[in-house]
Amino acid sequence: MGLDIEANKKLVEEVLEAYPKKAKKDREKHFQINTEEAKTCGTCALKSNIKSRPGVMTPRGCSYAGSKGVVWGPIKDMVHISHGPIGCGQYSWGTRRNYANGTLGIDNFTAMQITSDFQETDIVFGGDKKLEVIMREITEMFPLAKGISVQSECPVGLIGDDIEAVSKKMAKELEMPIVPVRCEGFRGVSQSLGHHIANDAIRDFVLGKAELAETGPYDVNIIGDYNIGGDAWASRILLEEMGLRVIAQWSGDGTLNELEIAHKAKLNLIHCHRSMNYMVEHMEKAYGIPWMEYNFFGPSKTYESLRAIAALFDETIQENCEKMIAKHKPEMDAIIHKFRPRLENKKVLLMIGGLRSRHTIGAYEDLGMDIVASGYEFAHKDDYEKTFPMMKEGTIIMDDPTAYELEELAQKMNVDLVGSGVKEKYVYHKMGVPFRQMHSWDYSGPYHGFDGFKIFAKDMDMTVNSPVWNLISKKEKVQAEGASI
Amino acid sequence: MSKDRLEIPDYNSLFSEDRFVQQRENKRQFEAPCSEQETAEALAYSQSAEYLEKNFNRKAVVINPHKACQPLGSIMAALGFEKTLPFVHGSQGCNSYFRSHLSRHFKEPTPAVSSSMTEDAAVFGGMSNLIDGLENSIALYKPEMVALCTTCMAEVIGDDLSSFIGNARQKGVISEDFPVAFCNTPSFVGSHITGYDSMLKGILSYLYDRSGIQAAPGSGEETGEKLNVMLGFEPYTGNFAEIRKILNAFDTKYTFLGDHSGNYDSPATGEYEYYYGGTKLDDVPLAANALATLSLQKYTLKKTQDYIGGTWKQLIAAMSTPLGITGTDKLLDTISELTGLPVPASLTEERGRVVDALMDSHPYIHGKRVALVGDPDLLIGLIGFCLETGMEPVHIVCSNGDVDFNDVKFKEEAEALLASSPYGSEAAVYIGKDLWHMRSLLLNDPVDLAIGSSHLKFAAKDANVPLIRVGFPIFDRHHMHRYPVLGYQGALNLLSLIVNTVLDELDRNHSGFNFDLVR
Repeated sequence: MGLDIEANKKLVEEVLEAYPKKAKKDREKHFQINTEEAKTCGTCALKSNIKSRPGVMTPRGCSYAGSKGVVWGPIKDMVHISHGPIGCGQYSWGTRRNYANGTLGIDNFTAMQITSDFQETDIVFGGDKKLEVIMREITEMFPLAKGISVQSECPVGLIGDDIEAVSKKMAKELEMPIVPVRCEGFRGVSQSLGHHIANDAIRDFVLGKAELAETGPYDVNIIGDYNIGGDAWASRILLEEMGLRVIAQWSGDGTLNELEIAHKAKLNLIHCHRSMNYMVEHMEKAYGIPWMEYNFFGPSKTYESLRAIAALFDETIQENCEKMIAKHKPEMDAIIHKFRPRLENKKVLLMIGGLRSRHTIGAYEDLGMDIVASGYEFAHKDDYEKTFPMMKEGTIIMDDPTAYELEELAQKMNVDLVGSGVKEKYVYHKMGVPFRQMHSWDYSGPYHGFDGFKIFAKDMDMTVNSPVWNLISKKEKVQAEGASI
Repeated sequence: MSKDRLEIPDYNSLFSEDRFVQQRENKRQFEAPCSEQETAEALAYSQSAEYLEKNFNRKAVVINPHKACQPLGSIMAALGFEKTLPFVHGSQGCNSYFRSHLSRHFKEPTPAVSSSMTEDAAVFGGMSNLIDGLENSIALYKPEMVALCTTCMAEVIGDDLSSFIGNARQKGVISEDFPVAFCNTPSFVGSHITGYDSMLKGILSYLYDRSGIQAAPGSGEETGEKLNVMLGFEPYTGNFAEIRKILNAFDTKYTFLGDHSGNYDSPATGEYEYYYGGTKLDDVPLAANALATLSLQKYTLKKTQDYIGGTWKQLIAAMSTPLGITGTDKLLDTISELTGLPVPASLTEERGRVVDALMDSHPYIHGKRVALVGDPDLLIGLIGFCLETGMEPVHIVCSNGDVDFNDVKFKEEAEALLASSPYGSEAAVYIGKDLWHMRSLLLNDPVDLAIGSSHLKFAAKDANVPLIRVGFPIFDRHHMHRYPVLGYQGALNLLSLIVNTVLDELDRNHSGFNFDLVR
């Protein structure tokens, strides 16, 4: 059963009434109601990956956030310099929960904030000389660091510093890979360009630089899993149980060597297509490595993905895959059996980065929940092409929705759950609307794989059915009846 | 229990399972990791005196600093005023970071917009972004004032806020009388506290200038403008309530200049209001007629204090965050002097109760060696509290107590304060240093307790020192900011935090016989 197409069209129109004319005209292009027609040409009308309107409280971040915060930051044995003023490094310090094994500050630098802390003099005279000194000091302070990346903040690009030349010179002097990344925050319209820039830097500076001692027929890479709350570990265990050999994990809990040997894999398995599709496409062209997108959110999608992956290998793998599914299914069924009755028909509004608003749908559906509106911060056309067919008719699909739009929709659609980020979280708590922070799993996780689904299901139940939400309505009810406490 | 109970392990227990331990081992063959010996050696080296020396000799790289950038503070200042929308002129990512960072500390929403400047704005300037942004944000979020600050991007390209706002008015995007206060907050100058100061001064001077009022200090006493109070970059909403309680006990009239406690501690009512509480805009020009201004973060509020003293010609009583008994005594004496009112008996009684509590607890905290990290004003308060309770501050690291303060010397004051007590004799104050320096200090010259923000947890863990979370940001504990740390009540709260941490440690580390029932 679909949702009411006309009613939702009207609802969106109403919400957008609040905008000034120019902004309204723009925002209208970022909304579409799903229909049979939209499923086949989902992006006919919907605009994405273009500039946000100024002043509207966009949920989006910047290129630096995409490069340092998402792609490069989790590479654990390299030191990533937040090159520029203090803020960017500080705000992206440890906040995405990219878990990694190792000793922090010794052979693992993920939850560190290493910055050039630009002062006025650096803006006036440039930061190149300082950057050289920083790199030498990094090798002194962190003798086991395998390499360095330079994550440029806005002023670095604006004042015309030559971080490429410095990196080249210092790579020679220090005898290690040093990667300049031009991810200044003003580039592009969101985090998304930062992912692309970061991928290009991996391609140009590290990919293919090392060899794998021994290759095998079952060598695969995990691409686009940032190991938030241990996601990549919960995914990897399934691939390995199936008999595949994961030779590189990008980039959660990843190492420089894994970036360098990944071209030896037989298959690229990509989870976050939005942030690393550039890599798998490049590796397909340059090394002939096929790739496939998989989805380990929720058992249905996980079974489907596991079988699709196995189908690319021989019968041994396929048998292992079926055995594994047979082994895990009872447990997954038990989870669904327990939680589905508590979550059936609950209405969900999602607004997450550039992939999870569609990738997580299966997990919600396994629990009987309905997605009534879904949107992305920084998705592109291809993301929407994949999204529309996954959604029920009448679902509101939205691009770069503003805080205002989300709040209005959540209230007017009377949703039972909102899944979005920390900037949004506490707004919904004021409203008394159950909320999960779906960028870093609300400090929980993992959510990937079979291990992850258990936690996902428990978290959704805990959120939607917490008695705390009733405490608000009770007060309102008492007031409405004119009673006094 | 029901039979169908399902075991759902969390990430801790899950990844401790054998299958994941094995996975971790197996993955190492692709990681090209350092050998266990190399890692152990590097770890030992990082804890050595030799490393400490190298660490303190570095000139350029900054590792785990304890400061944020100016616009973050500016947003907090803007949220201290009624129905005021913070507006960050520059790249939109900054604004997302500020909103997330503040929300992670307060567990509350942070409404703020950005002009979303991209490459074209970098080339042509951000004027059209700013003008469109003003139009959109005012239509959507219906503020009564916009408080505009810059990011480093807008600063580097030299955008001129004043003329842009003027152009927005000329174009009719905002009316002539719609207030838009503004300030420059490049991220490569100062830190979050400098940004707070810049915006507070920006708002006060803007609202005052446009009012046409001529400051007449003392003339407002009859109408209610007696004392102005500024708390500054205040991460504790509870501190506002505590200061309010104290001033009400004095029965004096006062105006808070900047009060974000409403926005950062609003009730869940079923509806989200974008604005909650804050200093009324109309109260600002009237505040120019108050007798005096009491500033509770003298290093943070340097520019604002100069402005009030210079333009409003008001008496300024400036002190660092009044922590502990002595700090609070000073606060009450100052209020008493400024207002001519006696210290109320209720507060004297409260003092006695808290002193009683300190006496009861002192055996457990006396002589405890403490490491401190924080903003300058908080550190002065914490040092004072340690000294009066017999705790010994040892390592004091301040990433942002530096040249920005010009004639006001945080380090000198901190050192003088330490020299005033035998309990301060072992202390060293490090300004412009970071938490990686602190790690070396903790490892080479161990202490019993560390006091600082959540960011200190890494160094504290490496040195195996319990961390008492005080300051900003506190991301990893809940509701700490709701409890005051200043005033007598704050002293009690700090004491409870500290002594009970010490007692927890005693119980945790007991060696069998001393798991005592009574402490």
